[in-house]
Amino acid sequence: MGLVEIRGLNEAHIREISNIKKEEAWILDYRLDSFRYFMNESMPSFGPEIHLSFDDIIYYKSSVADSIQDSWSRLNKRVTEELDELGVIESEQHMDGIGVQYESEVIYHNMIDELKEKDIIFTSIEDAMRKYPELVRKYFGKIVSNHENKFAALNGSVFSGGSFIYIPPHTKLDRPLQSYFRISSRSMGQFERTLIIVDDDSELHYIEGCTAPDYSESSLHAAVVEIYVGKRSKCRYTTVQNWAHNVNNLVTKRALVDEDGEMVWVDGNIGSLVTMKYPCCVLKGDRSSGTCITISVASTNQEQDTGARMIHLGKNTKSKIISKSIARNGGNATYRGDVKITKDALYSEAMVKCDTLLLDEISKSDTIPRNLTENDSSTIEHEATVSKISDENLFYFMSRGIDKERAMELIILGFLEAFRSELPMEYAVELNQLLKRNL
Amino acid sequence: MQMNIEDLTVTVAEGKKILDHFSLALAPGSIHVIMGPNGCGKSTLSKVLLAHPHYNIVSGDIIVDGNSILPLSTDARSRLGIFLCYQNPISVDGVTNSEFLRTALTETTQERINVYTFMKAMEKGIEELSMDPAMMHRFINQDFSGGERKKNEILQMKMLKPKFVILDELDSGLDVDSLRIVCQNVNQYKEENPDTTILLITHYPRILEYIHPDYVHVMRDGKLVEMGDLSLAQKIEKEGYLGTTSMGGEHHGE
Ligand SMILES: Nc1ncnc2c1ncn2[C@@H]1O[C@H](COP(=O)(O)OP(=O)(O)O)[C@@H](O)[C@H]1O
Ligand SMILES: [Mg+2]
Repeated sequence: MGLVEIRGLNEAHIREISNIKKEEAWILDYRLDSFRYFMNESMPSFGPEIHLSFDDIIYYKSSVADSIQDSWSRLNKRVTEELDELGVIESEQHMDGIGVQYESEVIYHNMIDELKEKDIIFTSIEDAMRKYPELVRKYFGKIVSNHENKFAALNGSVFSGGSFIYIPPHTKLDRPLQSYFRISSRSMGQFERTLIIVDDDSELHYIEGCTAPDYSESSLHAAVVEIYVGKRSKCRYTTVQNWAHNVNNLVTKRALVDEDGEMVWVDGNIGSLVTMKYPCCVLKGDRSSGTCITISVASTNQEQDTGARMIHLGKNTKSKIISKSIARNGGNATYRGDVKITKDALYSEAMVKCDTLLLDEISKSDTIPRNLTENDSSTIEHEATVSKISDENLFYFMSRGIDKERAMELIILGFLEAFRSELPMEYAVELNQLLKRNL
Repeated sequence: MQMNIEDLTVTVAEGKKILDHFSLALAPGSIHVIMGPNGCGKSTLSKVLLAHPHYNIVSGDIIVDGNSILPLSTDARSRLGIFLCYQNPISVDGVTNSEFLRTALTETTQERINVYTFMKAMEKGIEELSMDPAMMHRFINQDFSGGERKKNEILQMKMLKPKFVILDELDSGLDVDSLRIVCQNVNQYKEENPDTTILLITHYPRILEYIHPDYVHVMRDGKLVEMGDLSLAQKIEKEGYLGTTSMGGEHHGE
């Protein structure tokens, strides 16, 4: 098979993608249904303005190899070198399993033997659709509808790559699983689709990383992540996105949490041009809980429109949102949140805490919470602060011999500590480096 | 360190004069006490010595070992060896005491410090001050009592090894036992580093039972109005500040 590149969006192109992937008919139907919805749906009525020319975007680009590899040496040398430079290969030693998506296709997948013995599935979504069609079909598109919003519909039309994870009942992993997403070409769109199923009484920690080189043309990352958290299970999904400053990052992430289940989103947004992302927990089962800890750093020309959504359906459900935003050099960091405790979700509790740090006069921030409870036995607590780095804090640090730049760095890292402390050690260190480069 | 504060006049943003032609010479190894009523400018003086951004120097100079330090930033003055133990130390979220102190020590000494050596030294200091060892990993002064904050300041002093120590109302917020422990640590530091200059600011003479000054100064309305030895402090103890004059250092009713 030669290299394929599909630019522009129309029905023929969607059929071509489906054909390349040799998918079953229901998947093509799903793509076409999504596409119809996409065409009729307008751009989001809220949040930042998005400037995209849908005709100029590359929707699919095949990889050099035609199958997924489990050894770095079998990958294209240039790609391996690129991934090595990014630290991806090095990070494998800290994980129980790792997958890499380059442009549209997953090119690398490997996991320790123990996972295979435990019947854990960790592969690309396409591979899962071929090998485990019933399992995929039971959940795919059921947690995030392709009619949810314009970009979820776009993802439904052209999705390619992304991870599929299945953790059988009564199964725990010692270390996280990780996927790494890399956009390398100009005007490339990445539309991965991730589906995670943590069956009853199990636990998973999944980490997602992503980067792209900086081009002047804007590009698009429109992913969909669906997670099912079974009864008494725990799932933690950690992302630190460092997209280049030309990437529009419009992602729909949602977890459906069953009885006594626990979902934690740890979501860091440092790169990108525009990000719109509100990880969501649907707390369906009684006594289920959801947490979202998010940070956003917005610098020149960047708009981080991020937050979380918590939908309480079950009784005695609990949710917590902690959002930390930093705006500097004219950036805009906005918290947009939605907490809803429905009529039947009796005795539920929600807590929202958003703090913003403005580093100068020209940067902007906004807090747009929507908190609604439909019964009397539940409570929503909301707290928001906006602050600057105070002269007193700087003076205290500097009066101990620490220069101004280093003092600001420490204070900023301190502001983000609630997030940093949620990251595995290697990631916390990497985040520090990343923040230093971006501040 | 020889410090000469020369005819220093300082205002705040609104133009209000807080220090008014203030002069004081402090020789290496000397212990000076400045006493004065609330609001007379004692804390302002201590912050001005470290270039706090809210104060403007209208005239005068601060000379350290022959050179003006007015051009130096706060951190540079700190690295020269000037240390302020704050009257009301702030708390900072998300930065642990050990992270903060290790950074300060690295910047002050300009040397990489072995983590293990650092931890051992910090633990020793914590023990000498009868502090909770868990404080290392807590955020700077977060949920610390007034007394714990003051102990933390002294811990920092012991680790950073300054040459010129300003103790601003060291006794405030300390109970009797803590005051004794903190003063013992200050005295021990002074014993081990006899060239250290100490500028002790207080408006209660009680602390002078522990730290014995060479000179006692009385400050009013932004300037020094009287100088003496311990007996001056004792007089103030009995009579209050009313016996001291506010203008020109002259005594009333004599
Ligand atoms: N940054 C400031 N802005 C305005 N007024 C100040 C500032 N700092 C101190 N002052 C005023 O200066 C006077 C002296 O304050 P301070 O030096 O704290 O006194 P002391 O420590 O002797 O009690 C007080 O009247 C105080 O209100
Ligand atoms: Mg004071």
